[in-house]
Amino acid sequence: MNVRIKFAKYGSLVYIGHLDVMRFFQKAMRRAGIPISYTGGYSPHQIMSFAQPLGLGMSSEGEYVDIQVYDTFSTEESVRRLNEVMTDGMRVLDYRELPEKAKGGMSVIAAADYMLWIDGREKFSAQAKQLWEDFLNKPEILATKESKKGETTLDIKPHILESQMEEDRLYLRVSTGSAINIKPDLVFRTFCEAYPDQLEYPGNKLRIHRIDLYADDENGGFISLNDMGTVVLEGGRS
Amino acid sequence: MKTNVNEAIAFSEKRHLAVPEEILLSVEKPARYIGNEVNAALKDVNSVDVLFCMCFPDVYEIGMSHLGIQILYDMFNRREDVYCDRVYSPWPDMDRVMREHHIPLFGVESQLPIKKFDFLGITLQYEMCYTNVLQILDLSGIPIYAKDRTEEDPIVVGGGPCSYNPEPLAPFFDFFYMGEGETRYYEIMDLYKEMRAAKKSREEILHAIAKVPGMYVPAFYEVEYYDEEHPAPDPLLDNTIRSFKPIYDDIPKKIRKEIVKDMSDTYYPNHPIVPYIKATQDKVTLEIQRGCIRGCRFCQAGMIYRPVRERSLKFLKENALELLTSTGHEEITLSSLSSSDYSHLEELVNYLIDTYKDQGVNISLPSLRIDAFSLDVMSKVQDIRKSSVTFAPEAGTQRLRNVINKGLTEEDIINGSGQAFDAGWTRVKLYFMLGLPTETVDDMEGIPILCNKIAARYYEIPKEKRNGRVQIVASSSFFVPKPFTPFQWVPMCTKEEFLDRARIVRHKFGEMLNSKSMKYNWHEADLTVLEGVLARGDRRVADVIVKAYEKGCIFDAWSEYYKNEVWMEAFDKCGVSIDFYNTRERSTDELLPWDFIDTGVSKRFLIREWEKAQRAEVTFNCRKQCSGCGVGSFEGGICVERKN
Repeated sequence: MNVRIKFAKYGSLVYIGHLDVMRFFQKAMRRAGIPISYTGGYSPHQIMSFAQPLGLGMSSEGEYVDIQVYDTFSTEESVRRLNEVMTDGMRVLDYRELPEKAKGGMSVIAAADYMLWIDGREKFSAQAKQLWEDFLNKPEILATKESKKGETTLDIKPHILESQMEEDRLYLRVSTGSAINIKPDLVFRTFCEAYPDQLEYPGNKLRIHRIDLYADDENGGFISLNDMGTVVLEGGRS
Repeated sequence: MKTNVNEAIAFSEKRHLAVPEEILLSVEKPARYIGNEVNAALKDVNSVDVLFCMCFPDVYEIGMSHLGIQILYDMFNRREDVYCDRVYSPWPDMDRVMREHHIPLFGVESQLPIKKFDFLGITLQYEMCYTNVLQILDLSGIPIYAKDRTEEDPIVVGGGPCSYNPEPLAPFFDFFYMGEGETRYYEIMDLYKEMRAAKKSREEILHAIAKVPGMYVPAFYEVEYYDEEHPAPDPLLDNTIRSFKPIYDDIPKKIRKEIVKDMSDTYYPNHPIVPYIKATQDKVTLEIQRGCIRGCRFCQAGMIYRPVRERSLKFLKENALELLTSTGHEEITLSSLSSSDYSHLEELVNYLIDTYKDQGVNISLPSLRIDAFSLDVMSKVQDIRKSSVTFAPEAGTQRLRNVINKGLTEEDIINGSGQAFDAGWTRVKLYFMLGLPTETVDDMEGIPILCNKIAARYYEIPKEKRNGRVQIVASSSFFVPKPFTPFQWVPMCTKEEFLDRARIVRHKFGEMLNSKSMKYNWHEADLTVLEGVLARGDRRVADVIVKAYEKGCIFDAWSEYYKNEVWMEAFDKCGVSIDFYNTRERSTDELLPWDFIDTGVSKRFLIREWEKAQRAEVTFNCRKQCSGCGVGSFEGGICVERKN
């Protein structure tokens, strides 16, 4: 049976990279006594896959890991057991059984919600709201992405799916996943650089928090990864 | 889009960190500096009487792999009145920004400046970390020289194998703890607490510590050398130590190491800290015994950790379970100097495999002698196609192996590899040393000849049964004579001599019939020369370390950071001769810098062993026959078992 675990990563754990989060959870499964399944062979490993990596320095309340288990405790008991072995800055929020037919695991990810703000919750400049509207109304929004192969330019306008500018924060929904992956800091940098006289990119004072991850749903909308699973009321183990 | 953010998470107050966020995000692996790991003690610094910071003077990933610190960390934190935090050497990128922004070095858990601690305990595991010791003190804002410290500074204590010759570091430490930490630290804490409460001075506290068995306060001991005013009775003793004595009558002339007598009735850290980033040893360590019965004459550990003391099977089984449950690690390793000599090894290993193999737990067994049993075990826990079997003959001929008392014969090696080949292995690794006392060209050439015989043994297997070509990888390090070994008096090779020897070996490899199946690597000679001076140096070497540090040497153990020219310049500037410490032949009458330490192993025994070595005579291991080394006076381990 496949299970989806939702967790939050924050505080000083924003300095822990994706690979280390994976290693952390592998060990946490053992400490918590989660009946996780292993592959065969000489070096068996846990059947486990993580959603979209979170950038170093970002916090999140919408992280996911899918695991395969050969038995289960209830959602409540599993969350309790896992949280007992977490450290400060890592918290398990949910544990849900995935339907049999759920395919593709983490390849289904299509979008993510973020909140961006400036350290100390400083207010954005007075014109920010109006500039943001202007920004979104441009016929195209060209952003320069740096990759190993060099710089590439991309129109990110179709990938800013939704947004809401407030006086001290910006909510963003952007395309996310293996096919197209828009990073929120890229959006914000492009925004600031579009109005060099009025705005200044806050650099390492920019704070980013991931709120949730989504897959495409059947009706052309988005469904939270968490809502794709169901609560385990009574597990085989207790 | 969701805008109902959990603000408690998003805007959560970060644990106070000593280094600002933008700096942490600019350095490599910021997780090295944030603490808060699984099983960390995390106490309130205001709730305790004694703050102790334990330091491993190398990068975090190495320091976190060290069992000794985990033992003491766990033992200290069991006390409610003590909080033990940890600190490691900031990597050069962090070192730079800390200096730039004047950020004082801090404990990773409490993030409190080191200067606020009562004690800073530094473990000395290898000589090449000595400049890192100075880096730690300097970044902490603690004066490098102990004599310059005030009541505001922590008491700096050293321990670990290098403290068996603490003299090159003597001016930097307030005291050294000689021997195993389990025995006397509680007593020192109690004493400190009491004296601090009574407003006693640093000097008074150190004086009291100097009376605790095993403790060495360098400032209370005076060294005099032979010089023009005090000419040596024999030119062999020129510039050597004339006298070494305490300045007070109430502290010991000789300092006897401390040991744990019963290894099954002591602290074991069965909830060790699990780092977020991958440590060098990403597994739990089960120390099965301490000490070694073998008595290899080049090996310092084999002498200073005597007598061998085993932990009981019951103790180990219980702790293995606790270790795995509390950490979630997927691998357990058995630790000792020579695992094959542990009396209940078979039972222990079979128990671990039977109990944990199905739970995806891997078992690793370093330092195993290759024989039928170990091959059987290895075939159960690792993939034969991907792994190799390892031998450490250390020398190329039987004569030289007798000189060093390495009880491994050519027959053992050929038979062991043969059994491994028959079972499917195709890779053999061998470790050697070059520059051993009495070494001749025959001994050097013996290395490739031995490797060739192993390869030939592989090709005895009928062609259709072979798994392709055999791979023999031989590595040689250069021999460094260490204090408290029978070789403590011998001259060490120069850099040129070392490299010449390596070239002779390499050349001979090329002549071998199976040379295409063999590979040969050797270590760097520069580092070895420096290690030699630091290993057998005296207090006069301390200034060289300071000079090298001031000129930018840190992380000398990392070849990419090792600056040989800077070190050579430092020796030059300080007028310290490398040859005096390395290549000079010492007389057995010489007062050695470390002679004030009593490891239990007598000088008489070491001289006897040195004489036997020159005659290529072997000495039996402790289990076969007592060789009267003197350590029986501790009345522990095998010395007691033999009597019963």
